[in-house]
Amino acid sequence: MKPPPFRYLCPDSLEEALAVLATHGDEAKVLAGGCSLVPMLNMRLARPEVLVDVNRIAGLADVHAANGAVSTGALLRQSAFERSPHLRGTLPLAAACTPYIGHFVTRNRGTVGGSLAHADARGELPLVLLTLGGSVLAQSQRGRRSIAAEDLFLYHFTSALEPDELLSEVRWPAAAPGWGYGFAEMAQRHGDYALAMAACALRRRDGAVAEVRLGLGAVADRPLLAGEAAGALVGQDLDGPAGDAAVTEAGRLAAAAAEPFEDLHASVAYRRHLVSLLSEQAIRQAWLDAHARAGEGGP
Amino acid sequence: MPPGAHVDMSDATAGGGWIGATPLRVEDEALLRGRGRFIDDLSPVPGAMHLALVRSPFAHARIRGIDTAAALASPGTVAVLTGVDLAAVGRPLGSVIRGTTEHHVVAVDVTRYAGEPVAVVVARDRYLAEDAAELVDVDYEPLEAITDPLAAAEAGHVTSDRSFRYGDPEAALAAAHTTVRGRFPFGRWIAAPVECFGVIADWDHAADSLTVWANFQGPFTLHTVAAGALGLPAARLRLITPPDSGGSFGVKAGVFGYVVLAGLVSKVCGVPVRWIEDRLEHLAAAGSATHRVTGVEAGFAADGELLALRYDVVEDVGAYLRAPEPATLYRMHGSLTGAYAVRHVAVRNRVVHTNRCPTGLNRGFGGPQLYLALERIMARGAARLGLDPAEVARRNLVAPEAFPYRTATGGLYDSGDYAACLDDVLAAADYAGHRRRQAEQRGAGAAAPARRRLGIGLACVVEPSISNMGYISLAETAEERSRGRPKSGNAEGATLAMNPLGGVTVRLSTVPQGQGHRTVAAQVAADVLGLRPADVEVQSEMDTHVNAWTVSSGNYSSRFAGIGAAAVAEAAERLAGKLRRIAGDVLECAPADLELRDGQARVVGQPDRGVSLRRLAGAAHWNPESLPAGLEPGLAVTAFVSAPNLDPPNEADEVASSAAHGFVVDVAVVEVEVASGEVRILDYVTVHDAGTLLHPRLVDGQILGSFAHGLGPALLEQTVHDEEGNLLTGSFMDYLCATSTEVPGLRILHRCTPSPFTPLGAKGLGEGNTMSAPAALANAVCDALGIDDLDLPLTAPRIWEALAAGAGEVAG
Repeated sequence: MKPPPFRYLCPDSLEEALAVLATHGDEAKVLAGGCSLVPMLNMRLARPEVLVDVNRIAGLADVHAANGAVSTGALLRQSAFERSPHLRGTLPLAAACTPYIGHFVTRNRGTVGGSLAHADARGELPLVLLTLGGSVLAQSQRGRRSIAAEDLFLYHFTSALEPDELLSEVRWPAAAPGWGYGFAEMAQRHGDYALAMAACALRRRDGAVAEVRLGLGAVADRPLLAGEAAGALVGQDLDGPAGDAAVTEAGRLAAAAAEPFEDLHASVAYRRHLVSLLSEQAIRQAWLDAHARAGEGGP
Repeated sequence: MPPGAHVDMSDATAGGGWIGATPLRVEDEALLRGRGRFIDDLSPVPGAMHLALVRSPFAHARIRGIDTAAALASPGTVAVLTGVDLAAVGRPLGSVIRGTTEHHVVAVDVTRYAGEPVAVVVARDRYLAEDAAELVDVDYEPLEAITDPLAAAEAGHVTSDRSFRYGDPEAALAAAHTTVRGRFPFGRWIAAPVECFGVIADWDHAADSLTVWANFQGPFTLHTVAAGALGLPAARLRLITPPDSGGSFGVKAGVFGYVVLAGLVSKVCGVPVRWIEDRLEHLAAAGSATHRVTGVEAGFAADGELLALRYDVVEDVGAYLRAPEPATLYRMHGSLTGAYAVRHVAVRNRVVHTNRCPTGLNRGFGGPQLYLALERIMARGAARLGLDPAEVARRNLVAPEAFPYRTATGGLYDSGDYAACLDDVLAAADYAGHRRRQAEQRGAGAAAPARRRLGIGLACVVEPSISNMGYISLAETAEERSRGRPKSGNAEGATLAMNPLGGVTVRLSTVPQGQGHRTVAAQVAADVLGLRPADVEVQSEMDTHVNAWTVSSGNYSSRFAGIGAAAVAEAAERLAGKLRRIAGDVLECAPADLELRDGQARVVGQPDRGVSLRRLAGAAHWNPESLPAGLEPGLAVTAFVSAPNLDPPNEADEVASSAAHGFVVDVAVVEVEVASGEVRILDYVTVHDAGTLLHPRLVDGQILGSFAHGLGPALLEQTVHDEEGNLLTGSFMDYLCATSTEVPGLRILHRCTPSPFTPLGAKGLGEGNTMSAPAALANAVCDALGIDDLDLPLTAPRIWEALAAGAGEVAG
C-alpha cells in the first residue's frame, strides 16, 4: 500500500495552480483533503504523474453569503462547513447531511470542493448540491465558468471539469421563505457509504406543496433528481389522507427512477425499497420543516 | 461487592490485597504518550532491506513461469525470489495431520488461494519494493476453484473425517419425545487488530542461525514448526517479540509462516530483511476463523430435558492445513454439550479444503460456531415443545452440586453455579417483563402488526480456558495416536528476581497482546512479597533464548489468569521462602513465623521485630558468606506450573480439552424494524462466573471487547469470496468491522466460584462473549420475527429479504 512514483507540486497561488494544470492537466490530479485520492494512490488504483497540492493556496476556503446564496471556497474543510454559522440557518439541507459524511476526523481533512470534484455517486454533498440546484465555479487559464450541479456529475467518479480546470468555489442556494428540507440516509454502519439516500427541498404554500425537488443518492452512477416523483406531490396537502397516498406514490416513483446496482451488501430490490422508504422520510421531514420554518417567520 | 462497583486501590498501602484491586495499567502511559514500541518501531539491525510480496490474483492456478527480469532492473531492487528459490533452502511447513497438501511459505508450481505469496521482492525501501513487485510477470493457468465447504466435502476435499460416539445417542434420539434439527453455517470472520503482522529477520551465516523479531504471539509449538521449515535446530532460531503489541485476538499466531519466509529470504540474500504487512495483505491472507457448517439434531423429553445431541460438522480450513489447525474444530470437544447435563452425543467432524486463505486462531476459537448451533437448537426445541427457552435451559443446566463435572465427551468442568447465574441474568434483564410486552405486541388486542418487533434471545455458554495440548490429536484415531508420542497438559513459566537494592523484576512468557499482563503480574508478585505493585517491574517481551517458556507458552486459550499469573505467584512464593530463611537467620526465629509485609520480613504478631527486604537482598548479593548454611545463593527464581487434569485423549476419544471453565449467560433484547430490516439492540445483559477476578476493571474490558468481537459476525462482519475465490471483502469498506458506534452498552454482572484447579482460583474470561453474542443475538432476532433460518450476519438487507420472501409473517 505505497503509491507509485509521482511528481509533487505545491503551488502557493491560484494563478500558479492554474498554470500547473494548463501544463500537466491530463496527467495531473488535484490533491485537497486526500480522503479519497490518497487511498486510491496507495492501492495504486490512481496513477497520476503529477499531484497538484492546493492546500497552500490562500483564500480558497472562504465563506460568504450574498444574493440568496452561500459561496464556499473549494478548500473549505467539511468540518469547518459543518461548524459554519451559515449552515444551520441558511443551508439546513447541507447541515442535515454533514454528519453522514464519513466520520468526524475525516471531515477535519475532507474538503467541500474535493467531495464535489470527486463526483462519487455515493457522496452526500453532490446529492445536496444537486437537490438545491446549486453550482460550482471552474477556473482555468482559459477563463472561468459556472457549472450547474445538474451538469456537473456525469457518472461515477467523473465530473464535467476539464483537465485544466480547478473547482474553486461552490454556490449553494440559501433557504428561501416557505421552503423546508429533509434528508434521509441508510448505511450499515455510521459513516459508511450509504446504501441509499434521499434529499428533499419543498416549498409549501396555502397548505399544499407548491414546488419540490427530490434527489436520490447512491442508487445510480450519479446523484439523480426524481422529477416524476416530485411532480406527484405538487398541489397536495401532505397532512391529509390523500397526502399519505401522494407520499407513498412519490416513494414508488422515486424507486422506479433509481438505477441501483447489486453488490455484496444489498440487492437491487432492497436498494429500490430503501429509495421509497427514504424518499418518504425526506419528503415528510421537508413538509414539516417548511411548516416549522414558516412558524419561525421564515428563514 | 456489587457488580461494576470497582474500588480503585491504587493508593492502598503494601501488605496484600492487590489481587482483586484495580490499579492503573502500567502499560498505558507509553501507549497514551505515543511511546509504545511496536514491531515497526524497532530497528534492531542496521541495513535491513524491505520485502514486498507478489500475491496470486487467482484462487487456484498453475504457475507456468515467473519472469523477474523487469523487476530486478527496477531501481533499488536487490533480489526477486520465487517459491522454487525458497524451497531450495527451506522445507514445507509441518502440519498437524500427516499427508495433507504441502504448504510452502511461497507457492511452488500451484497457487491455491487468492492472496497466496508467489514471489518476494527485496529492495531498499517498501515503495521501491512495491514498484518492482508490479513488474514481476507471473504466467498463470487458472484452475477450477472451490470455495464452499459443503461443495468441498461433496468433491472429496476432505483431509480428516472422524466420528465419535458417547453414551447411546441413537437409542436416546429414538426414544425422544421430540427431535429438532437444524443446519447452522458460521462464516469466516477476522480478528482485525489495529496492528498487522511484522517480521525482521537476520540470518547469521557464520553461526548458521537466525534471529527474528516478530509480533508473533505464540503458541510456541509454532516455534518448533518454524524451525523445522527453516531447517534449523530449535536452539538456532532465536525469536524476540516487541515490548508492545497492537492487538492480536488470535490472528498473530499466523505470523510464524512469515518468520519462515523472511528468515529464508535473509539466508538467501545475505542481508537482514524486514516485512511489515499492510491492511490489504492482512485482509487477503493473514487468516480468519474457519467457515463451519454445523448440522445438529437434538432429542428432548416432553418436559424439555435434553436427551441427546448429534452433530455433523464440516469445517473449512482453507487451502492448507496451517498449524495448529484443525484445532478450531477440537478446542471445544470436551464442551460439546455446553452447559447442559446431556450424556448421549454423536459427532462427525470433517475437515475440508477450499481455495480460500488458510484459517487460524480467532477469539472464541470454535466456541462461537459450536454455541450458535447448540443454543439455536435449544431455542428451537423450546419453541417446538411450547416451553420458555429459559425454562428449558434451567431444566438442563449442570447442577451446582455436580462439580467437578465430567461431560459426556470427557471435559472436566471445575466449578460453577449455572442456575444462579441464569436467575441473575433473567432478573437483571427483566426477562419476564419483556416476554409480557412481547405477548401484548403479538396478542389479539394489538391494533395492527407491529412495525417494530420485539425479540428476546438467551445464550448459555461454558467458556473453556487453558487448553490441553493433547486435544488436537483427536484429529487422529486412537490407533493412530498410539503410534506417536502422547501430548497433554499446559504449562507456563515465569522468572522473578530481586536485585541488590530489593527491587523486583519479573519476566513473563505469556506474550501479552494488550491485555495488561504486566499490571496483573505486578499485583500478584506484590501480594506474595509484601510489596507494592510499583516495586515490581515486569517485562513481557519473549526472547526464546532468555525466557522461561514451554512449548505451550503464548497468548491463546485465555490462559494468563489461570496459569500465567500462577507461574508468577509460584516463583514469588519460592523467592519469599528464600527471603524468610535469610530473615529467620537474622531475626533468630523460625522462617515459618515470618510474614512479608510493607517491604519487610516480620515476626507474625510482633510488627516491630522485622528486617527490610532491601537489607536481606543486600546480604544475599553482597555478603553471600552470611547466608544460612545450605541455602543456594542468588535471588532469581524460575518456576513452572502445569494445569492439572489435562490427560491425553483416551481410547474412547474422551478428552478434558481445557483446565478451567467459566460460565456466561446472556440475554439480548432486540427490536427489528420491519420496513427496513434493521436490528436495534435495546438491552444486553451478561452474567459471568470466571472464578477469582484478578483485576476487575481489566475483566470488564475483556468482556466488552469480547462482546464486540462476537457482535461483529452476528450483525455485520463476514469474509466473503465469490465462486471463483475472489475476495469480496478486501478492504474495510466492504469488511464491516463493528466499531464503537455499532456496539451498544453492555451490562455486566459477576458471580465468583473460584476454580479448584488453578492456583489463584481464576479462570479465563476473554472469549466468552465472543462465543455467546452470536447465539444470543441470532436467538433474539429469530424470536422477534418467528423465523427459524437466518444466516449470520443479520444485516438489514438480509432480514428484509427474508421478510419479503414471506418468512415470519405468521408469528408477527
